[in-house]
Amino acid sequence: MLNDYNDVLQKLCHHLKQLAGSEVEITPQTDLINELAIDSVKLLNLIMEIEDEFDISVPINALADVQTVHELANLIHRIKSQKQ
Amino acid sequence: MSLLDKLDAVAAARKALLPEGVEVFGTPIEEVYSSTEARIGDQRILFLGTNNYLGLTFAQECRDAAQEAIRSEGTGTTGSRMANGSYSGHRALEREFAEFYQCRSCIVFTTGYQANLATISGLAGPGDIVLIDGDSHASIYDGCRLSGAEIIRFRHNDAADLEKRLRRLGKRSRSTLIIAEGIYSMLGDRAPLANIVKVKDAYNSTLLLDEAHSLGVLGETGQGLVEETGLLDRVDFITGTFSKSLGGIGGYCVSNHPQLDQLRYVSRPYIFTASPTPATIASTRAALRLLREGVELRRQLWRNVHQLYSQLKELGYRLGPEPSPVIATILETPQQALALWKGLLEHGIYVNLVLPPATPEGNSLVRCSVSAVHTTEQMNHVGKTFAKLRETIFQ
Repeated sequence: MLNDYNDVLQKLCHHLKQLAGSEVEITPQTDLINELAIDSVKLLNLIMEIEDEFDISVPINALADVQTVHELANLIHRIKSQKQ
Repeated sequence: MSLLDKLDAVAAARKALLPEGVEVFGTPIEEVYSSTEARIGDQRILFLGTNNYLGLTFAQECRDAAQEAIRSEGTGTTGSRMANGSYSGHRALEREFAEFYQCRSCIVFTTGYQANLATISGLAGPGDIVLIDGDSHASIYDGCRLSGAEIIRFRHNDAADLEKRLRRLGKRSRSTLIIAEGIYSMLGDRAPLANIVKVKDAYNSTLLLDEAHSLGVLGETGQGLVEETGLLDRVDFITGTFSKSLGGIGGYCVSNHPQLDQLRYVSRPYIFTASPTPATIASTRAALRLLREGVELRRQLWRNVHQLYSQLKELGYRLGPEPSPVIATILETPQQALALWKGLLEHGIYVNLVLPPATPEGNSLVRCSVSAVHTTEQMNHVGKTFAKLRETIFQ
């Protein structure tokens, strides 16, 4: 279970680095909007990439509670686990 | 951050982007002379940023009808469609729209925004899914949020991507409302309707098409993309607005599904707002007649569209993917877009400036809206001005 989460986190960080720049340090506590300057449109586009990467559906309503990298990874992990 | 600090942050961001004294948003229009001309400050300007595609805001029939309605029925209904706000004109307009689309029924709403809000939130609910194009208008996003349904986006105008997302939903695709637009408001491109319809049929989903920018513009009688593609009977719900080709304000939804009428009892944006004024209804009824007969207006509109689109393309401007009455020049930076917007205004041409995050892919847009009643001289002036500004903007 933890391995799954770490796998999600690693892949998510890869996508985030493409958006924010490879020189930016990303940790689970990094704030997506305030620290990575990912605006709402970029975040929505990122979600489509993530849906394809993990072959899942991520309703954008669920993003209301997401602020950090960890929270987004957790959401993806939860949806992925429910599918399996 | 306190409640009001958030708004201060918005003000600071706007100030950083736009120089002092430039009223890009909410530009004060002092006087309106015609469908295409007005005064801003001391300057007479050409409207090239309205959605007045057929130029009907000054059509004599529409103005006479509105005046007569005010004289005979007063200035407002002061009530909801649900209560005292359904006059004979409202019901007649619904019959006329239903007949225009050869559909079972129609509901008229107070604005186009509310038409989407009301229709989407009435059709979908918690447990359902709305699958929307990534470039959807804000009214679609807001309608989806109000519905409580799960919102999933597909890549703009990509039916294969839509299919992939429906496949992932499995059986839930049957309780999915797909939403697309006839012409998209930012770049002016059309939805690939034939492919979308094919996918929605394969997955037993429901399709809503917003014809806000395509009503009056596409198809022999101006029904929109459904008429141009011959797919009217394959789309479940069509919404649209009166505030573009019809030159008024209001919105509609038409459908052959008998359930449409139930929205009158469940849809909050329909129930909890006052109905359109008698003048609005009367001018819209007159405008709808002119729109249906407006074959020559549409021909002139498209002549103007092709002239401007090809001129701008030859000049090297980056444009939306296909000619349409919405012609967007795509600029790399907000500063370039602002310079072009200001340059056009200094030459007496008013267009729309659209900046991120309201734009696709973070680009900045200077968006022109072409009208059937723009004259050859006006279109030539526009072309020459874009040519003149090209060198200064990109030097």
